[in-house]
Amino acid sequence: MIKLENVTKIFPGSKQPAVDRLNLEVPEGEVCVLVGPSGCGKTTTMKMINRLIEPSEGKIYINGTDTATVNPIKLRLDIGYVIQEIGLFPHLTIAENIATVPREKRWPADRIRARVDELLDLVGLDPEIYRNRKPSDLSGGQRQRVGVARAMAADPPILLMDEPFGAVDPITRAHLQNEFIRIQEQMKKTIIFVTHDIDEAIKMGDKIAVMRDGKLIQYDTPDNLLSQPADDFVAALVGRNRSIKRLHLIKVRDVVLNEIPTVKPLDPVDTVKQVFEGSKYRVVMVVNDAHRLMGVIGPEKLKRYGDGVTAGDIMEECQSTIELGATLNDALSVMLNYGERYVAVLGRKKELQGIITLGYLLELVKDDAA
Amino acid sequence: MDFQGFWTFAVNRSEKAWALLGEHAVLVFIAIAIAIILGIIIGILITYSKPASHAALWICQILMTIPSLAMFGLLLPFFGIGFKTGVTTLILYSLLPIVRNTYTGIKEIDPSILEAAQGMGMKESSILFRIKLPLAAPVIMAGVRTATVMIIGIAAIASYIGAGGLGHFIFQGINRWNMNMVLLGAIAVSILAIIVDFLMKKVEHRMVTK
Repeated sequence: MIKLENVTKIFPGSKQPAVDRLNLEVPEGEVCVLVGPSGCGKTTTMKMINRLIEPSEGKIYINGTDTATVNPIKLRLDIGYVIQEIGLFPHLTIAENIATVPREKRWPADRIRARVDELLDLVGLDPEIYRNRKPSDLSGGQRQRVGVARAMAADPPILLMDEPFGAVDPITRAHLQNEFIRIQEQMKKTIIFVTHDIDEAIKMGDKIAVMRDGKLIQYDTPDNLLSQPADDFVAALVGRNRSIKRLHLIKVRDVVLNEIPTVKPLDPVDTVKQVFEGSKYRVVMVVNDAHRLMGVIGPEKLKRYGDGVTAGDIMEECQSTIELGATLNDALSVMLNYGERYVAVLGRKKELQGIITLGYLLELVKDDAA
Repeated sequence: MDFQGFWTFAVNRSEKAWALLGEHAVLVFIAIAIAIILGIIIGILITYSKPASHAALWICQILMTIPSLAMFGLLLPFFGIGFKTGVTTLILYSLLPIVRNTYTGIKEIDPSILEAAQGMGMKESSILFRIKLPLAAPVIMAGVRTATVMIIGIAAIASYIGAGGLGHFIFQGINRWNMNMVLLGAIAVSILAIIVDFLMKKVEHRMVTK
Protein backbone atom coordinates (compact mmCIF):
# COMPACT_ATOMS: atom_id res chain seq x y z
CA MET A 1 0.00 0.00 0.00
CA ILE A 2 1.24 3.47 -0.85
CA LYS A 3 0.24 6.40 1.32
CA LEU A 4 1.04 10.05 0.72
CA GLU A 5 0.57 12.34 3.70
CA ASN A 6 0.48 16.11 3.22
CA VAL A 7 3.14 15.83 0.54
CA THR A 8 4.36 19.19 -0.76
CA LYS A 9 7.08 19.97 -3.28
CA ILE A 10 8.38 23.46 -3.88
CA PHE A 11 11.17 23.56 -6.45
CA PRO A 12 14.04 25.96 -5.69
CA GLY A 13 13.41 29.39 -7.20
CA SER A 14 9.68 28.88 -7.52
CA LYS A 15 7.01 30.33 -5.24
CA GLN A 16 4.16 28.16 -6.43
CA PRO A 17 4.31 24.63 -5.01
CA ALA A 18 4.47 21.98 -7.76
CA VAL A 19 2.61 19.64 -5.44
CA ASP A 20 0.50 21.11 -2.68
CA ARG A 21 -0.39 19.18 0.52
CA LEU A 22 -1.34 16.02 -1.32
CA ASN A 23 -3.04 13.17 0.52
CA LEU A 24 -3.49 9.93 -1.35
CA GLU A 25 -3.85 6.27 -0.48
CA VAL A 26 -3.38 3.52 -3.04
CA PRO A 27 -4.46 0.06 -1.84
CA GLU A 28 -2.36 -2.97 -2.71
CA GLY A 29 -2.97 -4.45 -6.15
CA GLU A 30 -4.81 -1.43 -7.51
CA VAL A 31 -4.07 0.87 -10.41
CA CYS A 32 -4.17 4.54 -9.42
CA VAL A 33 -4.08 6.89 -12.40
CA LEU A 34 -2.83 10.43 -11.83
CA VAL A 35 -4.41 12.59 -14.49
CA GLY A 36 -4.44 16.29 -15.22
CA PRO A 37 -3.11 18.94 -17.58
CA SER A 38 0.64 19.33 -18.04
CA GLY A 39 2.26 21.08 -15.10
CA CYS A 40 -0.35 19.84 -12.64
CA GLY A 41 2.27 18.00 -10.59
CA LYS A 42 1.37 14.43 -11.52
CA THR A 43 4.86 13.41 -12.66
CA THR A 44 6.46 15.19 -9.69
CA THR A 45 4.14 13.26 -7.39
CA MET A 46 5.14 9.99 -9.01
CA LYS A 47 8.84 10.75 -8.82
CA MET A 48 8.61 11.52 -5.12
CA ILE A 49 7.47 7.95 -4.51
CA ASN A 50 10.81 6.48 -5.66
CA ARG A 51 12.69 9.53 -4.39
CA LEU A 52 13.93 10.74 -7.77
CA ILE A 53 12.54 13.95 -6.32
CA GLU A 54 12.61 14.55 -2.55
CA PRO A 55 9.44 16.05 -1.07
CA SER A 56 9.81 19.46 0.60
CA GLU A 57 7.28 18.50 3.24
CA GLY A 58 5.09 15.56 4.14
CA LYS A 59 5.66 11.85 4.30
CA ILE A 60 5.32 8.95 1.91
CA TYR A 61 4.75 5.47 3.28
CA ILE A 62 5.07 2.17 1.48
CA ASN A 63 3.48 -0.64 3.49
CA GLY A 64 3.77 1.53 6.57
CA THR A 65 7.50 2.32 6.15
CA ASP A 66 8.48 5.96 5.73
CA THR A 67 10.38 6.00 2.43
CA ALA A 68 12.63 8.81 3.66
CA THR A 69 14.24 6.29 6.02
CA VAL A 70 15.02 3.77 3.26
CA ASN A 71 18.17 3.90 1.11
CA PRO A 72 16.94 5.30 -2.25
CA ILE A 73 18.79 2.64 -4.27
CA LYS A 74 17.21 -0.14 -2.21
CA LEU A 75 13.83 1.57 -2.46
CA ARG A 76 14.00 1.86 -6.26
CA LEU A 77 15.13 -1.73 -6.83
CA ASP A 78 11.71 -2.82 -5.53
CA ILE A 79 9.73 -0.29 -7.58
CA GLY A 80 9.39 -0.83 -11.32
CA TYR A 81 9.80 2.34 -13.38
CA VAL A 82 8.59 3.02 -16.92
CA ILE A 83 8.78 6.39 -18.64
CA GLN A 84 7.35 7.64 -21.91
CA GLU A 85 10.75 7.85 -23.62
CA ILE A 86 11.36 4.31 -22.28
CA GLY A 87 15.10 4.93 -22.01
CA LEU A 88 16.22 1.53 -23.21
CA PHE A 89 20.01 1.17 -23.19
CA PRO A 90 20.90 1.30 -26.89
CA HIS A 91 24.23 -0.53 -26.57
CA LEU A 92 22.77 -3.52 -24.75
CA THR A 93 20.65 -6.34 -26.14
CA ILE A 94 16.98 -6.70 -25.24
CA ALA A 95 17.87 -9.50 -22.82
CA GLU A 96 20.56 -7.38 -21.15
CA ASN A 97 18.16 -4.45 -20.90
CA ILE A 98 15.54 -6.56 -19.17
CA ALA A 99 18.19 -8.09 -16.90
CA THR A 100 19.21 -4.68 -15.50
CA VAL A 101 17.58 -4.89 -12.08
CA PRO A 102 18.13 -8.65 -11.55
CA ARG A 103 21.82 -8.00 -12.31
CA GLU A 104 21.93 -5.17 -9.79
CA LYS A 105 20.35 -7.58 -7.33
CA ARG A 106 23.06 -10.14 -8.20
CA TRP A 107 20.78 -12.94 -9.28
CA PRO A 108 22.61 -16.01 -10.65
CA ALA A 109 22.98 -16.00 -14.44
CA ASP A 110 20.69 -18.95 -15.16
CA ARG A 111 17.89 -17.45 -13.07
CA ILE A 112 18.24 -14.17 -14.98
CA ARG A 113 18.15 -16.00 -18.32
CA ALA A 114 14.99 -17.89 -17.39
CA ARG A 115 13.34 -14.72 -16.10
CA VAL A 116 14.15 -12.76 -19.27
CA ASP A 117 12.54 -15.43 -21.47
CA GLU A 118 9.52 -15.59 -19.20
CA LEU A 119 9.05 -11.81 -19.40
CA LEU A 120 9.51 -11.65 -23.18
CA ASP A 121 6.78 -14.28 -23.45
CA LEU A 122 4.59 -12.31 -21.08
CA VAL A 123 4.77 -9.14 -23.17
CA GLY A 124 4.26 -11.09 -26.39
CA LEU A 125 7.76 -11.04 -27.89
CA ASP A 126 9.25 -14.38 -28.95
CA PRO A 127 12.45 -14.80 -26.86
CA GLU A 128 14.15 -16.79 -29.62
CA ILE A 129 13.78 -13.86 -32.00
CA TYR A 130 14.17 -10.84 -29.74
CA ARG A 131 16.54 -11.89 -26.94
CA ASN A 132 19.70 -10.85 -28.76
CA ARG A 133 18.40 -7.91 -30.76
CA LYS A 134 19.27 -4.30 -30.04
CA PRO A 135 16.60 -1.71 -29.16
CA SER A 136 17.18 0.01 -32.51
CA ASP A 137 15.93 -3.13 -34.31
CA LEU A 138 12.52 -2.82 -32.63
CA SER A 139 9.38 -0.85 -33.49
CA GLY A 140 8.03 1.76 -31.08
CA GLY A 141 5.38 -0.60 -29.76
CA GLN A 142 7.90 -3.38 -29.22
CA ARG A 143 10.22 -1.02 -27.34
CA GLN A 144 7.37 -0.07 -25.03
CA ARG A 145 6.82 -3.75 -24.33
CA VAL A 146 10.50 -4.22 -23.50
CA GLY A 147 10.28 -1.16 -21.23
CA VAL A 148 7.41 -2.76 -19.32
CA ALA A 149 9.23 -6.12 -19.19
CA ARG A 150 12.36 -4.41 -17.85
CA ALA A 151 10.36 -2.68 -15.13
CA MET A 152 8.84 -5.98 -14.03
CA ALA A 153 12.07 -7.97 -14.23
CA ALA A 154 12.66 -8.47 -10.51
CA ASP A 155 8.92 -8.80 -9.85
CA PRO A 156 8.59 -5.56 -7.87
CA PRO A 157 5.30 -5.20 -5.99
CA ILE A 158 4.96 -1.58 -7.14
CA LEU A 159 5.16 -0.07 -10.63
CA LEU A 160 5.47 3.62 -11.49
CA MET A 161 4.49 4.40 -15.05
CA ASP A 162 4.76 7.85 -16.62
CA GLU A 163 2.74 7.95 -19.86
CA PRO A 164 4.11 4.51 -20.72
CA PHE A 165 2.10 4.20 -23.93
CA GLY A 166 2.30 7.87 -24.93
CA ALA A 167 4.79 7.59 -27.78
CA VAL A 168 2.99 5.12 -30.05
CA ASP A 169 0.13 5.40 -32.54
CA PRO A 170 -3.47 5.05 -31.24
CA ILE A 171 -4.08 1.51 -32.51
CA THR A 172 -0.82 0.19 -31.04
CA ARG A 173 -1.57 2.10 -27.85
CA ALA A 174 -4.99 0.47 -27.45
CA HIS A 175 -3.36 -2.88 -28.05
CA LEU A 176 -0.64 -2.29 -25.45
CA GLN A 177 -3.20 -1.01 -22.96
CA ASN A 178 -5.33 -4.13 -23.37
CA GLU A 179 -2.33 -6.39 -22.99
CA PHE A 180 -1.24 -4.50 -19.95
CA ILE A 181 -4.70 -4.85 -18.40
CA ARG A 182 -4.49 -8.58 -19.08
CA ILE A 183 -1.04 -8.78 -17.44
CA GLN A 184 -2.18 -6.72 -14.46
CA GLU A 185 -5.14 -9.07 -13.94
CA GLN A 186 -2.62 -11.86 -13.33
CA MET A 187 0.05 -9.84 -11.52
CA LYS A 188 -2.00 -7.61 -9.24
CA LYS A 189 0.74 -5.01 -8.83
CA THR A 190 0.20 -1.73 -7.06
CA ILE A 191 0.53 0.76 -9.89
CA ILE A 192 0.83 4.53 -10.09
CA PHE A 193 0.06 5.45 -13.67
CA VAL A 194 0.54 9.01 -14.91
CA THR A 195 -1.24 10.27 -18.02
CA HIS A 196 -2.76 13.45 -19.42
CA ASP A 197 -5.28 11.40 -21.41
CA ILE A 198 -8.57 11.07 -19.50
CA ASP A 199 -9.74 8.24 -21.78
CA GLU A 200 -6.63 6.25 -20.91
CA ALA A 201 -7.20 7.03 -17.23
CA ILE A 202 -10.79 5.77 -17.39
CA LYS A 203 -9.69 2.63 -19.17
CA MET A 204 -6.67 1.73 -17.03
CA GLY A 205 -7.56 2.97 -13.57
CA ASP A 206 -9.20 1.26 -10.62
CA LYS A 207 -9.13 4.74 -9.12
CA ILE A 208 -8.39 8.06 -10.77
CA ALA A 209 -6.76 11.02 -9.04
CA VAL A 210 -7.52 14.23 -10.92
CA MET A 211 -4.89 16.91 -10.23
CA ARG A 212 -4.67 20.59 -11.01
CA ASP A 213 -2.06 23.14 -9.92
CA GLY A 214 -0.48 20.62 -7.58
CA LYS A 215 -3.72 19.88 -5.78
CA LEU A 216 -5.82 16.76 -5.74
CA ILE A 217 -9.27 17.71 -7.03
CA GLN A 218 -11.03 14.36 -7.01
CA TYR A 219 -10.00 10.80 -6.17
CA ASP A 220 -12.59 8.30 -7.24
CA THR A 221 -13.47 5.28 -9.34
CA PRO A 222 -13.85 5.90 -13.10
CA ASP A 223 -17.57 5.28 -12.83
CA ASN A 224 -18.07 7.85 -10.08
CA LEU A 225 -15.81 10.32 -11.85
CA LEU A 226 -18.06 10.12 -14.89
CA SER A 227 -21.35 10.21 -13.00
CA GLN A 228 -20.42 12.66 -10.22
CA PRO A 229 -17.60 14.99 -11.22
CA ALA A 230 -16.55 17.02 -8.17
CA ASP A 231 -16.48 20.39 -9.95
CA ASP A 232 -16.59 22.10 -13.33
CA PHE A 233 -12.91 21.37 -13.96
CA VAL A 234 -13.39 17.62 -13.61
CA ALA A 235 -16.63 17.78 -15.59
CA ALA A 236 -14.83 19.58 -18.40
CA LEU A 237 -11.98 17.08 -18.24
CA VAL A 238 -14.19 14.02 -18.57
CA GLY A 239 -16.20 15.76 -21.27
CA ARG A 240 -19.84 16.43 -21.98
CA ASN A 241 -20.86 13.18 -23.57
CA ARG A 242 -20.12 10.98 -20.64
CA SER A 243 -22.31 8.05 -21.70
CA ILE A 244 -20.10 7.69 -24.77
CA LYS A 245 -17.05 7.76 -22.49
CA ARG A 246 -18.50 4.69 -20.82
CA LEU A 247 -17.42 2.83 -23.96
CA HIS A 248 -14.02 2.90 -22.26
CA LEU A 249 -15.40 1.17 -19.21
CA ILE A 250 -17.32 -1.67 -20.85
CA LYS A 251 -15.17 -4.69 -21.66
CA VAL A 252 -15.79 -6.67 -24.84
CA ARG A 253 -15.68 -9.81 -22.67
CA ASP A 254 -18.78 -8.75 -20.75
CA VAL A 255 -21.03 -7.97 -23.70
CA VAL A 256 -19.80 -10.17 -26.57
CA LEU A 257 -22.56 -11.93 -28.53
CA ASN A 258 -21.56 -15.60 -28.38
CA GLU A 259 -24.43 -17.02 -30.43
CA ILE A 260 -22.91 -16.76 -33.83
CA PRO A 261 -23.46 -19.13 -36.74
CA THR A 262 -20.30 -20.51 -38.30
CA VAL A 263 -19.33 -22.73 -41.19
CA LYS A 264 -16.27 -24.88 -41.95
CA PRO A 265 -13.98 -24.18 -44.94
CA LEU A 266 -15.11 -27.35 -46.77
CA ASP A 267 -18.85 -26.63 -46.46
CA PRO A 268 -20.49 -26.03 -49.84
CA VAL A 269 -21.80 -22.57 -50.63
CA ASP A 270 -25.39 -23.76 -50.33
CA THR A 271 -24.83 -24.55 -46.68
CA VAL A 272 -23.31 -21.12 -46.20
CA LYS A 273 -26.39 -19.52 -47.80
CA GLN A 274 -28.68 -21.42 -45.46
CA VAL A 275 -26.65 -20.36 -42.46
CA PHE A 276 -26.61 -16.76 -43.69
CA GLU A 277 -30.38 -16.66 -44.12
CA GLY A 278 -30.97 -18.12 -40.68
CA SER A 279 -28.63 -15.57 -39.07
CA LYS A 280 -29.34 -12.06 -37.87
CA TYR A 281 -25.85 -10.90 -38.92
CA ARG A 282 -24.83 -9.75 -42.36
CA VAL A 283 -21.74 -11.92 -42.31
CA VAL A 284 -20.85 -15.60 -41.88
CA MET A 285 -17.68 -16.59 -40.06
CA VAL A 286 -15.57 -19.51 -41.31
CA VAL A 287 -13.76 -21.46 -38.59
CA ASN A 288 -11.52 -24.53 -38.56
CA ASP A 289 -11.83 -27.55 -36.28
CA ALA A 290 -10.03 -25.72 -33.47
CA HIS A 291 -12.66 -22.98 -33.83
CA ARG A 292 -10.03 -20.54 -35.07
CA LEU A 293 -11.30 -17.85 -37.40
CA MET A 294 -10.19 -18.57 -40.98
CA GLY A 295 -12.14 -15.88 -42.80
CA VAL A 296 -15.51 -14.24 -43.39
CA ILE A 297 -18.09 -14.35 -46.14
CA GLY A 298 -20.35 -11.39 -46.90
CA PRO A 299 -23.65 -11.24 -48.87
CA GLU A 300 -22.04 -10.00 -52.12
CA LYS A 301 -19.89 -13.13 -52.38
CA LEU A 302 -22.86 -15.39 -51.70
CA LYS A 303 -24.83 -13.78 -54.50
CA ARG A 304 -22.02 -14.29 -56.98
CA TYR A 305 -21.13 -17.91 -56.34
CA GLY A 306 -23.22 -21.08 -56.61
CA ASP A 307 -22.69 -24.84 -56.83
CA GLY A 308 -19.34 -26.55 -56.70
CA VAL A 309 -17.65 -23.89 -54.59
CA THR A 310 -16.81 -24.26 -50.91
CA ALA A 311 -16.79 -21.70 -48.13
CA GLY A 312 -12.98 -21.84 -48.08
CA ASP A 313 -12.85 -20.77 -51.73
CA ILE A 314 -14.82 -17.57 -51.35
CA MET A 315 -13.98 -16.43 -47.81
CA GLU A 316 -12.01 -13.25 -47.28
CA GLU A 317 -9.45 -12.47 -44.62
CA CYS A 318 -11.02 -10.87 -41.55
CA GLN A 319 -9.03 -7.88 -40.30
CA SER A 320 -11.74 -6.43 -38.14
CA THR A 321 -10.92 -8.42 -34.99
CA ILE A 322 -10.46 -7.64 -31.33
CA GLU A 323 -9.38 -9.46 -28.18
CA LEU A 324 -11.65 -10.24 -25.23
CA GLY A 325 -9.90 -7.84 -22.85
CA ALA A 326 -10.45 -4.78 -25.06
CA THR A 327 -13.07 -2.13 -24.42
CA LEU A 328 -16.03 -1.18 -26.55
CA ASN A 329 -14.18 1.98 -27.47
CA ASP A 330 -11.41 -0.15 -28.98
CA ALA A 331 -14.03 -2.21 -30.81
CA LEU A 332 -15.50 0.97 -32.29
CA SER A 333 -12.04 2.16 -33.38
CA VAL A 334 -11.39 -1.14 -35.15
CA MET A 335 -14.73 -0.91 -36.98
CA LEU A 336 -13.99 2.63 -38.09
CA ASN A 337 -10.46 1.71 -39.07
CA TYR A 338 -11.48 -1.17 -41.35
CA GLY A 339 -14.83 0.27 -42.43
CA GLU A 340 -16.81 -2.72 -41.15
CA ARG A 341 -20.08 -2.80 -39.22
CA TYR A 342 -18.84 -5.60 -36.96
CA VAL A 343 -15.78 -6.92 -35.17
CA ALA A 344 -15.00 -10.58 -34.63
CA VAL A 345 -14.01 -11.23 -31.03
CA LEU A 346 -11.06 -13.58 -30.63
CA GLY A 347 -9.60 -15.37 -27.61
CA ARG A 348 -5.93 -15.62 -26.72
CA LYS A 349 -5.24 -18.35 -29.27
CA LYS A 350 -7.19 -16.53 -31.98
CA GLU A 351 -10.23 -18.78 -31.47
CA LEU A 352 -13.57 -17.17 -32.35
CA GLN A 353 -15.48 -16.07 -29.26
CA GLY A 354 -18.31 -14.12 -30.84
CA ILE A 355 -19.16 -10.85 -32.51
CA ILE A 356 -19.98 -7.23 -31.73
CA THR A 357 -21.90 -5.25 -34.29
CA LEU A 358 -22.13 -1.50 -34.66
CA GLY A 359 -25.90 -1.48 -34.08
CA TYR A 360 -25.52 -3.53 -30.90
CA LEU A 361 -22.74 -1.28 -29.64
CA LEU A 362 -24.82 1.87 -30.14
CA GLU A 363 -27.73 0.14 -28.43
CA LEU A 364 -25.54 -0.47 -25.36
CA VAL A 365 -24.61 3.19 -25.08
CA LYS A 366 -28.21 4.29 -25.55
CA ASP A 367 -29.35 2.10 -22.68
CA ASP A 368 -26.58 3.50 -20.59
CA ALA A 369 -27.61 7.08 -21.22
CA ALA A 370 -31.27 6.44 -20.48
CA MET B 1 65.72 18.30 -54.75
CA ASP B 2 66.62 15.05 -56.35
CA PHE B 3 64.57 12.01 -55.48
CA GLN B 4 67.26 9.46 -56.29
CA GLY B 5 69.64 11.16 -53.87
CA PHE B 6 67.03 11.20 -51.12
CA TRP B 7 66.22 7.54 -51.62
CA THR B 8 69.88 6.50 -51.40
CA PHE B 9 70.23 8.61 -48.27
CA ALA B 10 67.13 7.06 -46.69
CA VAL B 11 68.29 3.50 -47.44
CA ASN B 12 71.73 4.24 -45.96
CA ARG B 13 70.23 5.66 -42.80
CA SER B 14 67.41 3.11 -42.49
CA GLU B 15 68.83 1.43 -39.42
CA LYS B 16 69.06 4.71 -37.52
CA ALA B 17 65.63 5.74 -38.86
CA TRP B 18 63.95 2.61 -37.50
CA ALA B 19 65.62 3.13 -34.12
CA LEU B 20 64.40 6.74 -33.96
CA LEU B 21 60.94 5.70 -35.10
CA GLY B 22 60.86 3.21 -32.24
CA GLU B 23 61.88 5.90 -29.73
CA HIS B 24 59.25 8.21 -31.14
CA ALA B 25 56.52 5.59 -30.90
CA VAL B 26 57.47 4.65 -27.32
CA LEU B 27 57.46 8.32 -26.31
CA VAL B 28 53.99 8.87 -27.81
CA PHE B 29 52.65 5.57 -26.53
CA ILE B 30 53.68 6.18 -22.92
CA ALA B 31 52.37 9.73 -23.01
CA ILE B 32 49.02 8.78 -24.52
CA ALA B 33 48.57 5.83 -22.16
CA ILE B 34 48.99 8.08 -19.12
CA ALA B 35 46.91 10.84 -20.72
CA ILE B 36 44.03 8.42 -21.42
CA ILE B 37 43.89 7.35 -17.78
CA LEU B 38 44.22 10.89 -16.45
CA GLY B 39 41.98 12.47 -19.08
CA ILE B 40 39.13 10.00 -18.68
CA ILE B 41 39.24 10.27 -14.89
CA ILE B 42 39.18 14.07 -15.04
CA GLY B 43 36.51 14.00 -17.74
CA ILE B 44 34.28 11.76 -15.63
CA LEU B 45 34.80 13.74 -12.43
CA ILE B 46 33.89 17.08 -13.99
CA THR B 47 30.53 15.74 -15.25
CA TYR B 48 29.42 15.89 -11.62
CA SER B 49 30.17 19.61 -11.12
CA LYS B 50 29.46 22.45 -13.46
CA PRO B 51 32.02 24.91 -12.00
CA ALA B 52 34.70 22.21 -12.02
CA SER B 53 33.95 21.38 -15.65
CA HIS B 54 34.28 25.03 -16.65
CA ALA B 55 37.57 25.36 -14.76
CA ALA B 56 39.07 22.10 -16.03
CA LEU B 57 38.16 22.70 -19.67
CA TRP B 58 39.43 26.26 -19.43
CA ILE B 59 42.80 25.16 -18.01
CA CYS B 60 43.18 22.47 -20.68
CA GLN B 61 42.36 25.03 -23.33
CA ILE B 62 45.03 27.40 -21.99
CA LEU B 63 47.61 24.59 -21.97
CA MET B 64 46.91 24.03 -25.67
CA THR B 65 47.69 27.63 -26.53
CA ILE B 66 51.21 27.49 -25.07
CA PRO B 67 53.66 26.96 -27.96
CA SER B 68 55.22 23.52 -27.67
CA LEU B 69 58.79 24.78 -27.65
CA ALA B 70 57.92 27.09 -24.73
CA MET B 71 56.18 24.26 -22.90
CA PHE B 72 59.30 22.07 -23.14
CA GLY B 73 61.33 24.99 -21.87
CA LEU B 74 58.96 25.67 -18.97
CA LEU B 75 59.04 22.06 -17.81
CA LEU B 76 62.82 21.61 -18.10
CA PRO B 77 63.54 22.97 -14.58
CA PHE B 78 61.12 20.41 -13.09
CA PHE B 79 61.92 17.27 -15.03
CA GLY B 80 65.36 17.95 -16.48
CA ILE B 81 66.70 17.23 -19.91
CA GLY B 82 65.37 14.14 -21.62
CA PHE B 83 62.55 11.68 -21.73
CA LYS B 84 60.57 12.78 -18.62
CA THR B 85 60.07 16.35 -19.79
CA GLY B 86 59.09 15.05 -23.23
CA VAL B 87 56.46 12.67 -21.88
CA THR B 88 55.04 15.26 -19.45
CA THR B 89 54.64 17.85 -22.19
CA LEU B 90 52.93 15.41 -24.49
CA ILE B 91 50.56 14.37 -21.67
CA LEU B 92 49.58 17.99 -21.08
CA TYR B 93 48.82 18.48 -24.78
CA SER B 94 46.74 15.30 -24.99
CA LEU B 95 44.58 16.20 -22.02
CA LEU B 96 42.24 18.68 -23.70
CA PRO B 97 40.85 16.44 -26.45
CA ILE B 98 40.49 13.48 -24.09
CA VAL B 99 38.99 15.40 -21.16
CA ARG B 100 36.67 17.37 -23.41
CA ASN B 101 35.46 14.34 -25.35
CA THR B 102 34.93 12.27 -22.21
CA TYR B 103 32.92 15.14 -20.74
CA THR B 104 30.82 15.75 -23.88
CA GLY B 105 30.41 12.04 -24.57
CA ILE B 106 28.83 11.56 -21.14
CA LYS B 107 26.86 14.81 -21.15
CA GLU B 108 25.33 14.09 -24.54
CA ILE B 109 23.73 10.81 -23.48
CA ASP B 110 19.94 10.97 -23.85
CA PRO B 111 18.73 12.04 -20.36
CA SER B 112 15.83 9.58 -20.49
CA ILE B 113 18.35 6.71 -20.57
CA LEU B 114 19.97 7.98 -17.38
CA GLU B 115 16.62 8.69 -15.76
CA ALA B 116 15.49 5.14 -16.48
CA ALA B 117 18.74 3.76 -15.07
CA GLN B 118 18.48 5.86 -11.93
CA GLY B 119 14.76 5.22 -11.52
CA MET B 120 15.27 1.47 -11.65
CA GLY B 121 17.72 1.68 -8.77
CA MET B 122 21.11 1.32 -10.49
CA LYS B 123 24.00 2.49 -8.34
CA GLU B 124 26.01 5.43 -9.70
CA SER B 125 29.00 3.11 -10.21
CA SER B 126 26.87 0.71 -12.28
CA ILE B 127 25.45 3.58 -14.30
CA LEU B 128 28.98 4.88 -14.95
CA PHE B 129 30.56 1.60 -16.01
CA ARG B 130 27.59 -0.13 -17.64
CA ILE B 131 25.82 2.83 -19.26
CA LYS B 132 27.74 6.10 -19.39
CA LEU B 133 31.23 4.92 -20.40
CA PRO B 134 30.11 2.38 -23.01
CA LEU B 135 27.79 4.97 -24.60
CA ALA B 136 30.47 7.68 -24.50
CA ALA B 137 33.21 5.31 -25.76
CA PRO B 138 33.12 6.28 -29.45
CA VAL B 139 33.35 9.99 -28.57
CA ILE B 140 36.17 9.34 -26.07
CA MET B 141 37.97 7.27 -28.70
CA ALA B 142 37.69 10.14 -31.18
CA GLY B 143 39.35 12.41 -28.60
CA VAL B 144 42.14 9.88 -28.04
CA ARG B 145 42.71 9.72 -31.79
CA THR B 146 42.92 13.50 -32.13
CA ALA B 147 45.34 13.64 -29.20
CA THR B 148 47.55 10.83 -30.51
CA VAL B 149 47.93 12.24 -34.00
CA MET B 150 48.62 15.69 -32.58
CA ILE B 151 51.36 14.58 -30.19
CA ILE B 152 53.04 12.44 -32.83
CA GLY B 153 53.78 15.80 -34.45
CA ILE B 154 54.68 17.58 -31.23
CA ALA B 155 56.93 14.70 -30.16
CA ALA B 156 59.28 15.62 -33.03
CA ILE B 157 60.13 18.79 -31.12
CA ALA B 158 60.82 16.78 -27.96
CA SER B 159 64.15 15.63 -29.34
CA TYR B 160 65.28 19.28 -29.00
CA ILE B 161 65.31 18.77 -25.23
CA GLY B 162 66.91 15.36 -25.60
CA ALA B 163 63.89 13.10 -25.46
CA GLY B 164 64.87 11.30 -28.65
CA GLY B 165 62.66 10.33 -31.57
CA LEU B 166 62.42 11.31 -35.22
CA GLY B 167 62.88 14.99 -34.36
CA HIS B 168 66.55 14.10 -34.07
CA PHE B 169 66.81 13.87 -37.88
CA ILE B 170 64.94 17.14 -38.32
CA PHE B 171 67.05 19.21 -35.91
CA GLN B 172 70.35 17.65 -36.98
CA GLY B 173 69.38 18.15 -40.62
CA ILE B 174 68.67 21.83 -40.02
CA ASN B 175 71.98 22.32 -38.19
CA ARG B 176 73.98 20.62 -40.94
CA TRP B 177 71.94 22.10 -43.78
CA ASN B 178 71.13 18.51 -44.83
CA MET B 179 67.71 18.70 -46.45
CA ASN B 180 67.57 14.93 -47.10
CA MET B 181 67.88 14.36 -43.39
CA VAL B 182 65.13 16.89 -42.53
CA LEU B 183 62.91 15.33 -45.15
CA LEU B 184 63.49 11.80 -43.90
CA GLY B 185 62.51 12.84 -40.36
CA ALA B 186 59.46 14.77 -41.51
CA ILE B 187 58.16 12.05 -43.82
CA ALA B 188 58.63 9.38 -41.16
CA VAL B 189 56.65 11.45 -38.65
CA SER B 190 53.86 11.99 -41.18
CA ILE B 191 53.65 8.33 -42.13
CA LEU B 192 53.55 7.32 -38.48
CA ALA B 193 50.71 9.80 -37.88
CA ILE B 194 48.74 8.64 -40.91
CA ILE B 195 49.05 4.94 -40.02
CA VAL B 196 48.10 5.50 -36.38
CA ASP B 197 45.17 7.69 -37.42
CA PHE B 198 43.94 5.03 -39.84
CA LEU B 199 44.15 2.23 -37.28
CA MET B 200 42.44 4.24 -34.56
CA LYS B 201 39.67 5.29 -36.93
CA LYS B 202 39.01 1.61 -37.55
CA VAL B 203 38.71 0.97 -33.81
CA GLU B 204 36.42 3.99 -33.45
CA HIS B 205 34.10 2.83 -36.23
CA ARG B 206 33.83 -0.59 -34.68
CA MET B 207 32.79 1.05 -31.41
CA VAL B 208 30.07 3.10 -33.12
CA THR B 209 28.50 0.19 -34.99
CA LYS B 210 28.56 -1.96 -31.86
